[in-house]
Amino acid sequence: MFDLDRWIEIFQTLSKNKLRTALSGFTIAFAILLFTLLFGVGNGLKHTFEKQFAGDSQNSIYIYSGRTTKPFKGFQSGRRIQFRNDDSKFLNEKFEDKIQFFSPNIQRNNVQAIYKGEQNRYTVRGVYPDYQALESSIIEEGRFLSYLDLKKRAKVVAIGKLVEKDLFGQLSGLGKEINLDGISYKVIGVFSDPGGDRDERYIYAPFTTIQGIYKPNDEVDRFGLTFNPKLKVDEAITFSNLLTKLMKERHDVEPRDQGAIRVRNYAEGTKKVQQFMMVLNIIILFIGIGTLIAGIIGISNIMVYIVKERTKELGIRKALGATPKSIIGMIMLESIFVTAVSGYAGLLIGIFTLKALGDSLEKYFIINPSVETYVVVGATIVLVIAGTIAGYIPAKRAASIKPIVALNDE
Amino acid sequence: MIKIEKLHKSYPMGKDFLHVLKGLDLHIKEGEFVAIMGSSGSGKSTLLNIVGLLDTHDEGNYYLNGQLIENLDEKKAAILRNKFLGFVFQSFNLITYKTALENVALPLYYQGIGRKDRQKIALKYLDKVGLKDRANHLPSELSGGEKQRVAIARALVTNPKVVLADEPTGALDSTTSHSVMELLKDINREGMTVFVITHEEDIAEETDRIVRLKDGVIISDEKVIKKTTV
Repeated sequence: MFDLDRWIEIFQTLSKNKLRTALSGFTIAFAILLFTLLFGVGNGLKHTFEKQFAGDSQNSIYIYSGRTTKPFKGFQSGRRIQFRNDDSKFLNEKFEDKIQFFSPNIQRNNVQAIYKGEQNRYTVRGVYPDYQALESSIIEEGRFLSYLDLKKRAKVVAIGKLVEKDLFGQLSGLGKEINLDGISYKVIGVFSDPGGDRDERYIYAPFTTIQGIYKPNDEVDRFGLTFNPKLKVDEAITFSNLLTKLMKERHDVEPRDQGAIRVRNYAEGTKKVQQFMMVLNIIILFIGIGTLIAGIIGISNIMVYIVKERTKELGIRKALGATPKSIIGMIMLESIFVTAVSGYAGLLIGIFTLKALGDSLEKYFIINPSVETYVVVGATIVLVIAGTIAGYIPAKRAASIKPIVALNDE
Repeated sequence: MIKIEKLHKSYPMGKDFLHVLKGLDLHIKEGEFVAIMGSSGSGKSTLLNIVGLLDTHDEGNYYLNGQLIENLDEKKAAILRNKFLGFVFQSFNLITYKTALENVALPLYYQGIGRKDRQKIALKYLDKVGLKDRANHLPSELSGGEKQRVAIARALVTNPKVVLADEPTGALDSTTSHSVMELLKDINREGMTVFVITHEEDIAEETDRIVRLKDGVIISDEKVIKKTTV
């Protein structure tokens, strides 16, 4: 129900009592502004955290081999454990339902790469196409390795963005031939990696090609896999423990031997990160609720003060024929209007401030401080409702006192 | 117009009650110009508040415009005040942030009359009290007499049955007092019932009938014999 006269009356009251209006408006705007800024900065901290751990898939497991440290089943300690192709097959068949992506890996460090006059040394990895998912690499140009490449033992490579920059400068490396340890490979793709510079200096080639060139037979350096993301953190840890146990059994390693077979599970790290994030979230939530409560108390006090100050005016209005309902309605509408408008202003200022800050606080571990719109809008609505209730109680009281008492109020 | 029978009113004072009005009987007909006189504490303000529906009575009957006033809630009282009564107070009681015109127009707002009509009617009444040129001034920019004229215009704007004036000249000097009384007389001559409370003898003399109150009872009620001034 829109009553123009009523709104004109309210606008006049508000504009003729600027201090009062500014006071209550400022309280609300300031509370929302603080809320937005604190929430935004908290979210900025979270973003930093997420970025730090975004290098590899959060659900990845890597299996390395080393030398035994304990004698077992007649073997002496110090024996070198060597993974082979049948380990690949075993892992894939045994854990088919739990594994999402899987790739064996052969790694050669310090491989000399030459393109025309430019040369440099890189780490070359022989992998399956799945490896892209393990590293969370993003193809910028061309494509990643395919199973056809593997089958054909094709001499093709996907290179990191920085490799391209080193060897080709500003030009695109796609389709060019580069020379690795004297053998020519065709560049089929260029990728970037959220893990950063180090991960963008890798060169990936088909597993079969690299195994054929660098390994005398079917040896494998290590395995990488990701487990089904539906697994909970605890289930993932159980899964990796089982993996470790079975691999130790296969290679006749003493169960407590820590050196021969090592399994690195990101889930454990993820668990700590998640716990930390949860604590951070709770802190942010407390700060937010605290700010809101401070705002609610502020607006309640001001509303009580405003109604008290206006007691005489309300008495005059009643003597002139204002019903209690119209008195309450007037105060409430004023209150809602002021809190809504100033709450919105605080929200806008807050969001713009966060936008302006952008990534300038990166060195304080705050990246892209921002707030979800629904959170701030929700907070504003809470304050508007609080302001309304805070206005209603004294308005009701003011409306019910006898006009003669109100008139005598000085 | 106003008929009061055996009206009692007392106020709680700590544990005791202060018996202010002790069984008043009063009948004011339409078109009368009546003054209620009495020293402070005689109960005259209490009487006006009850007649003005600003306060409730304890015992007795009160008829306003033939209607028995009882069990009145705030809403009904507000409507009756708006419809039948106009108030003039000693301290003017204008709303400080509204102009003279807006103050006069306010009772019409509560009658639900549109903005343009309100201003037109209010301006007419401001003209009647001789303050048309002051319409857009705030109360703080007006003299005491002008403020009281604005208040009278506001009391008249709804065309009520009775104008109730509580010490209308209490805050004014004698010249201004006199002109305010002249204004009230003019209004009365046009047929309006006017009910004035005062403790000043010469103000009361300007009305047609003086009712004297003392300690909550009426001690005299007589017609004023007009001194003929040529």
